[in-house]
Amino acid sequence: MSDKTIICRCEDLTVEEIREWISKGYHGLEEIKRASRIGMGACQGRTCRRHLIAELARANQKKPADIGLSTFRPPTKPLKFGAFTGVDQDD
Amino acid sequence: MDKTEILIIGSGPAGLKASLSAAGQGAEVTLVERDPFLGGQLVKQTHMFFGSKEHYASERGYKIAENLSREVKEHPGIRVLCDTTALGYYEDGIVSLESGGRFTVIKPQALIIATGAQENTLMFPNCDLPGIYGAGAVQTLMNVHGILPGKRVAMIGAGNIGVIVSYQLLQAGVEVPAIIEAQPRIGAYHVHASRVRRMGIPIYTSHTVLTAHGRESLEKVTISQIGPDWQPVAGTEKELAVDVLCISVGLTPLTELLFQAGCSMAYIPELGGHISVRSDTLETTVPNIFVCGDVGGIEEASSAMVEGSIAGLSAALNLGFGVDSYAGKLAAARRELDDLRRGPVGEKIRSGLERLSSFREVAQ
Repeated sequence: MSDKTIICRCEDLTVEEIREWISKGYHGLEEIKRASRIGMGACQGRTCRRHLIAELARANQKKPADIGLSTFRPPTKPLKFGAFTGVDQDD
Repeated sequence: MDKTEILIIGSGPAGLKASLSAAGQGAEVTLVERDPFLGGQLVKQTHMFFGSKEHYASERGYKIAENLSREVKEHPGIRVLCDTTALGYYEDGIVSLESGGRFTVIKPQALIIATGAQENTLMFPNCDLPGIYGAGAVQTLMNVHGILPGKRVAMIGAGNIGVIVSYQLLQAGVEVPAIIEAQPRIGAYHVHASRVRRMGIPIYTSHTVLTAHGRESLEKVTISQIGPDWQPVAGTEKELAVDVLCISVGLTPLTELLFQAGCSMAYIPELGGHISVRSDTLETTVPNIFVCGDVGGIEEASSAMVEGSIAGLSAALNLGFGVDSYAGKLAAARRELDDLRRGPVGEKIRSGLERLSSFREVAQ
């Protein structure tokens, strides 16, 4: 696979860049996410997560099931700040 | 704060049936749907379903959606909130929503998560070129919005979705020079695969896409045979001039809310990845949170509807509704599910569910 293949469209990251992070010792999904921003864009990793897990599994000679996931936090989609201005006080 | 007895998230086949069955037992239901219309993926399914009469055989998906949506909207026990996205689940049992650009919250007594699934993508050089779509996206463009995706479309994936969408592309006057499938065999039901073969579309099994080419948008793709080691076989490359590449390589359940709720999850590749551990009545390891349809494991619309019924009945029972009729209705739904999962077609599902049930003891 060519090195310039895009793995994360939202953050514009190539497979080559991710493999570099892995070769530097970033072996967990959570740490590579924090270092590279992979999966932190608009789609929140819905597109790239499977590919990243596959890369990490291959590099660490693990099963995809054993790679683990990062935490899923609300909100599930990007929101404008204005959306929050109408919340009732007692909520 | 807004309250409801049963909150159902997602109005695809599973969510619609869950709403009707829960409300049918007397529970007060709120159904939220992020699209402006009900029906989920059913709205773009122009092909006929098969199976038996109670599984909507010979009916087309969008017709099933129309009928169920009407029933849901007319039901006095169901409040429908379209254009509403569930944003999060919090430990006090509150669900946050976005509706018309506003943030709101709702507190249900029971929650049924029927969020469905999303399409998987493939990674290859230039996979981000315009003209490369998911098969579901192409189906939405054509069958919901009446827009052709392009003139010549290569399809990756010979499962049911890939083959059905290829046929619909032909019906729409689009050329389909090839269906490419990495597995050594065709995954789609025989009737669907035979139909596209009769129309002259070659299905290349044990093949994959190596690379896409194009300047501004897709112009051609290089495909190649793959060996038993899943590596490309040198010298078997072929080029296909296409302006669209359609990717249909499986679905992943949309499980964010289940993770947020702290439900025990298990990785079951046969069912699409991480899914929630659940009881036979589709209750997760968090009491009063249920799953049904593709979010609980990738299957198809007929079984999603039956699962919806089971989740709706069971959530209602937890709140004390339909105590007398529950056992009979549940047994009938169980029989339907067993029927749908019988035979070689259901083998993958059965083995996935069996693996999932082994996680159940661990979770308890």
